[in-house]
Amino acid sequence: MKNKYSIFSLIKNAFSYHENWQRAWRDPEPKKTYDAVIVGGGGHGLATAYYLAKEHNLKNIAVVEKGWIGGGNTGRNTTIIRSNYLWDASAAMYDHALKLWEGLSQELNYNVMFSQRGVMNLAHNLHDVRELKRRTHANRLNGIDCEWLSTEEVKKFCSIINCSPDIRYPVLGSTLQRRAGTARHDAVAWGYARGADSMGVDIIQNCEVKGIKRKGDSVEGIETTKGFIKTSKIGIVAAGHSSVLANMAGIKLPLESKPLQALVSEPIKPIIDTVVMSNAVHAYVSQSDKGELVIGAGTDAYISYTQKGTHEVVEGTLKAILELYPIFSRLRMLRQWGGVVDICPDASPIISKTSIKGLYFNCGWGTGGFKATPGSGNLFAHTIAKDEPHKLNAAFNINRFVSGDLVDEHGAAAVAH
Amino acid sequence: MFIIKCPYCGERDHSEFSYGGEAHIVRPKQPTELSDDQWAEYLFMRKNIKGLQYERWNHAHGCRQWFNVGRDTSNDKIHFVYKMGESPPK
Ligand SMILES: Cc1cc2nc3c(=O)[nH]c(=O)nc-3n(C[C@H](O)[C@H](O)[C@H](O)COP(=O)(O)OP(=O)(O)OC[C@H]3O[C@@H](n4cnc5c(N)ncnc54)[C@H](O)[C@@H]3O)c2cc1C
Repeated sequence: MKNKYSIFSLIKNAFSYHENWQRAWRDPEPKKTYDAVIVGGGGHGLATAYYLAKEHNLKNIAVVEKGWIGGGNTGRNTTIIRSNYLWDASAAMYDHALKLWEGLSQELNYNVMFSQRGVMNLAHNLHDVRELKRRTHANRLNGIDCEWLSTEEVKKFCSIINCSPDIRYPVLGSTLQRRAGTARHDAVAWGYARGADSMGVDIIQNCEVKGIKRKGDSVEGIETTKGFIKTSKIGIVAAGHSSVLANMAGIKLPLESKPLQALVSEPIKPIIDTVVMSNAVHAYVSQSDKGELVIGAGTDAYISYTQKGTHEVVEGTLKAILELYPIFSRLRMLRQWGGVVDICPDASPIISKTSIKGLYFNCGWGTGGFKATPGSGNLFAHTIAKDEPHKLNAAFNINRFVSGDLVDEHGAAAVAH
Repeated sequence: MFIIKCPYCGERDHSEFSYGGEAHIVRPKQPTELSDDQWAEYLFMRKNIKGLQYERWNHAHGCRQWFNVGRDTSNDKIHFVYKMGESPPK
């Protein structure tokens, strides 16, 4: 059993200089056989394993991760969480995730630092205003909190935004989702890992999947750098590398993998207590608890698995940031990095069975899947355990690209994470 | 970040070019005869290769010509450039 983290355990461990904390999860060697294997130890994969063990009583399962857990996009994202998507299917699915976020620290006994500081989406032209107002109404019809702010209200809510009518793309208003916010990315991976491990899930790091063994139309197991693992259920949650794994199984996905970048500034005193996003000029910013501004840039136009992006993209974002927040003009940027994101043609994810029995994919989250981590794991676990989708992810099946029943969220997702 | 050798203008920074996606995806000759599966394959399914990919680029801020490139997507190294209509060098 795991020790429960509490104020008392904190005090107790302070007396031994914090040198005797129990390991948060074990470091097991893979067994020969599992009832299910999750490929990819990002937040989504670990959450899937957690809910498989917790809600579906599947305990003999493993998560295999080629590097270290949370080292993929989970540990590289700008952590914006919101559920103000346009269509009913997306709104229901993302809000399911948001509701799980609201209780996640208690659920996991791990502080994921979920902070509901609000997310604004700025409008800079007439089309933006119409589109964002439409989305506000759609959200409210779906029971999702969303407000429309006039330019004056924007200035009042976040005073450092340049609301002058003279800038190139003036601020004409904004949406505000108050329940939205940010969380601590690593903590989400670690919290789910600790929770899954305590229910017996094997988390196997430094173990790359190299092949998927099929017998006819069903799966038999995976070839890994730590040997063959037999299993009849494989759930693949490999973000930017989903197509690589699909190729191993001999199927194709409608994905393109592209670099997406983010950067942080030097730490400064609290200056912005919300998240401000702007699709039209592609700039968004929030401030971490350490004081750094967290800024997200865009994707590069071409497929690349290099996990780095180009300078022009960063330059474009920073130009927009400086026009909107002249107060940041002297700030230095400290770090920049990239992730590889798996982009779906309709900017919605795939949480689905496939044509191969026992093979499931959870991918296509592209630039915006962190917000869905708990919900995605929860629904994917259901799909794997029951061999059929939950009603909340039924629309996100892979067949929609054949039927044409797409969930086009370019307006709500696009560059805005 | 990489340099692309335009077959018409020579070496230029990649920011002068725009990307046209996976190459050699041929538009179906008889669209009306296609099944939904074949449409999905043509419209949406991509190899999304990690490794050598054949792709199209347009020299948007130069001669505005389209051409093909063989690039390794795992390190952005360009192995060869060839004109539209040609098949990739072996
Ligand atoms: C710069 C940036 C900013 C972002 N900002 C936001 C944001 O503000 N809000 C938001 O909601 N989303 C954002 N996202 C998107 C978000 O990060 C992802 O959608 C989400 O984290 C995906 O989680 P995951 O667990 O599916 O993927 P990952 O965390 O990438 O996990 C996949 C794992 O699979 C492993 N893997 C791959 N191949 C193999 C193999 N062959 N064998 C074994 N393991 C393998 C990888 O090593 C990796 O750890 C951002 C992404 C980036 C890159």
